Amino acid sequence: MQTFAELLDRLILTPSRQGRVRILRAYLASTPDPDRGWALAAIAGDLKLPGLQAGLIRTLASTRIDPVLFSLSYDYVGDLAETVSLLWPPRPGANRTPTLSEVVTGLNTASPDERARRLEIWLDSLSVSGRFALLKLSSGRLRIGASRRLALQAAADLGTHPVEEIEEIWHGLSPPYEDLFAWLEGRAQRPGEETPAGFRPVMLAHAAAPELEPGRRLADAIDPEVYAAEWKWDGVRIQLVREKDVQRLYTRTGEDVTGAFPELMDEIGLTGRIDGELLIRGPGGEPAPFADVQKRLGRRTISTREAARRPAFIRCYDLLEHDGQDLRTLPFRSRREHLERLVPTLRRDRIDLSQLISFSGAADLDALRRQPPQPAIEGVMLKRWDSAYVAGRPMGQWFKWKRDPCLIDAVMMYAQRGHGRRSGAFSDFTFGLWTAGPEGDRLTPVGKTYFGFTDEELVRLDRHVRETTVERFGPVHSLATGPDQGLVLEVAFDAVQRSSRHRSGLAMRFPRIHRIRWDKPAGEADRLETLAAMIPATEAGTV
Amino acid sequence: MIRPEDLLHPTPVGLYCPPLDAYIDPVRSVDRAIVTHGHSDHARAGHSSVLATPETLAAMAVRYGEGFARVRQPAAYGQSVTLGETRLTLLPAGHVLGSAQVLVEHKGLRMICTGDYKRRPDPTCPPFEPVACHVLISEATFALPVFRHPEPETEIRRLLTSLAGFPERTHLVGAYAFGKAQRVIRLLRQAGYDEPIIVHGALESLNELYERFDVSLGPLERVPDARVRRSEASTLPGRIVIAPPSAMRTRWADRFADPLFAFASGWMTIRQRARAAGVELALAISDHADWTELTQTVSEINPDELWITHGRDDALARWAELEGRRARPLRLIGYEEEHGD
Repeated sequence: MQTFAELLDRLILTPSRQGRVRILRAYLASTPDPDRGWALAAIAGDLKLPGLQAGLIRTLASTRIDPVLFSLSYDYVGDLAETVSLLWPPRPGANRTPTLSEVVTGLNTASPDERARRLEIWLDSLSVSGRFALLKLSSGRLRIGASRRLALQAAADLGTHPVEEIEEIWHGLSPPYEDLFAWLEGRAQRPGEETPAGFRPVMLAHAAAPELEPGRRLADAIDPEVYAAEWKWDGVRIQLVREKDVQRLYTRTGEDVTGAFPELMDEIGLTGRIDGELLIRGPGGEPAPFADVQKRLGRRTISTREAARRPAFIRCYDLLEHDGQDLRTLPFRSRREHLERLVPTLRRDRIDLSQLISFSGAADLDALRRQPPQPAIEGVMLKRWDSAYVAGRPMGQWFKWKRDPCLIDAVMMYAQRGHGRRSGAFSDFTFGLWTAGPEGDRLTPVGKTYFGFTDEELVRLDRHVRETTVERFGPVHSLATGPDQGLVLEVAFDAVQRSSRHRSGLAMRFPRIHRIRWDKPAGEADRLETLAAMIPATEAGTV
Repeated sequence: MIRPEDLLHPTPVGLYCPPLDAYIDPVRSVDRAIVTHGHSDHARAGHSSVLATPETLAAMAVRYGEGFARVRQPAAYGQSVTLGETRLTLLPAGHVLGSAQVLVEHKGLRMICTGDYKRRPDPTCPPFEPVACHVLISEATFALPVFRHPEPETEIRRLLTSLAGFPERTHLVGAYAFGKAQRVIRLLRQAGYDEPIIVHGALESLNELYERFDVSLGPLERVPDARVRRSEASTLPGRIVIAPPSAMRTRWADRFADPLFAFASGWMTIRQRARAAGVELALAISDHADWTELTQTVSEINPDELWITHGRDDALARWAELEGRRARPLRLIGYEEEHGD
């Protein structure tokens, strides 16, 4: 457990991805089975342990630490595992420290009561780092800034196989992956090949900047002979596969979300693998705003009634496999021809085709991007006609060119200390807009953001909060505001829609701080009506 | 006896003492200032007169120039200054060179403002001196039970272990220019590290100040000029370079061999803080008291009342409540969490 703890500490503090891969590779090379397999699973996010609820860890902590001091500490540190690992009163020499395998098996086989008891014994025996690793592990998610791809890259570096090869079999393997290590180290055959309907890593786009590549301007590059253009739909990137009568649905990171969308698991006529955008059909048949997709995605399972009320469908834009044939090495133009022939044979209410946009050059595509015909469109996609389907984000192949964000001037009303990277400083901000009240204008909160400022700005924002706090409600600081008092934030967001869950009746999509208006008096910030007027006309009537 | 509030009370400018008509560590220019130590958020230029230890006055002169105040009033540790019925004494605080607690006595009422302090041994300044008083006004920078700083010697060993393990990389240690930097150098010397230590230009005048007050730092070298280098050795692989934190993530650091960023600060106890700062080697070396030191100091001095100035005041107040002590958070504003330079 101690070596695993040291591994986590080093992974957390090593800034470069390459450095993290090297550290993990060295750990995998020098740690025996099965410990290294459990570690790989944990870092890849694929270690399934009976979830030790955060509540249970808190309860355990409260047996040793005053609850008020605990919550002040947690508020400050921002990470439960780290808080408890630092607070836990030391009881040295009490017990032998467990190995990683003992922890994993122990948590897997114990009853809930027994689990809490074991956790307590282990916490007593471990150092601060060991306690941190143990608590991270038993809370299910490590969140240490290492992705599955990074974990698999480190594993691939043990041998000579490219990481894509591991990604393709990964879904058929289970921890502690002794068969995988045996193959990577040249001691056995490739495992897990017979697993049908596994995930294939997806191809991603770069954001289009005025310079696409050094020396190549976007405006010069956009030529319909070179690039195909499609709408960029604001849904969820999805991969649907049917192979040997097994049908599965994955997100772009390879998370299996088959259970959340039963309507897509019906017989739809597919034998192959499509790449597309998962959308929800709105009342008029058109794609609904993103918030509706998000609602569905948040649930592991769903009732048939709910599925029928807000049915999901896939707008597909690529075909990776068809009838047992891998198409990924073909150029986009050929894959597109296959796709156009295939889609009309599939169930029309479940699968449709992402239409190509006809354009003559950068100018008219720019106009289309700025004024898309539907609210669920967030820009255009550009794909080279000759691009093969390459996992990852290859240079110069695909680009996303998003609609410009909407902007509004709001006033900072509440602040809270951030979590994770930003723990310690005030970095979660609630902002509001003016509305008429019984005693004149007052602010109504409309959103919350913790994006869009530099570390230098963060220091200044943090000071502003500390100096203008008028009241505290637990971790939330309420700030002094009025026509001449308060900080104006220029907030950028992708869209706004009606919402019954928010006090303002409006919900903003992806709000982030665009500029901090240290110069602007709070009284000149925008009104709630201004934001309401930014709801797309097609949606204005529906609530 | 007069009420404690009549002897010292918080104002937006700092703690004010009416009988002396003076402020402790004022954050704006005032007529009469009492300065606990030379960090820039406590010691500001532009007061008419400043009372402080000779070391603190010297530090202010180094940082702000000789004209930092019209009148300097030096008061050595333990040497009292009396004005009418009020007596003021500076006592060692163990924070940095010259750092002091302020003891104010008036008609039998004794109040102590700790200023910033720590209890761990520090080879660059005399140790904190606990003195009985009615009201203790304590700092609270690290007043959360998550802060239990490791022994500084352990942290220095980790730096030397890393240096042995990565002899091809320059070990760039971020440390505040006044106090922390010199303490790290002294700790390295105590651990037997005799090699020349490379120091950033911003540290030079302060290092000289320490030498002037008989704190020996051993062989120090200037960072080589980036324009005249280009031999392998001039990129300083396997050497320790000490620089203020503000220099760490700048072009200045490009001259070194694959620099490994270390940072010596009490905040480095928290992984997420270290990660946010882009630090690869987090050295939890603090010039402030940790939770254990803060609470034990209050218990040891055992004042009738505890006032808490700046930092995590809520948590120390809660601890006092659990202990059945009278406590009052003052929520003073304007002091940094730890001293940026």
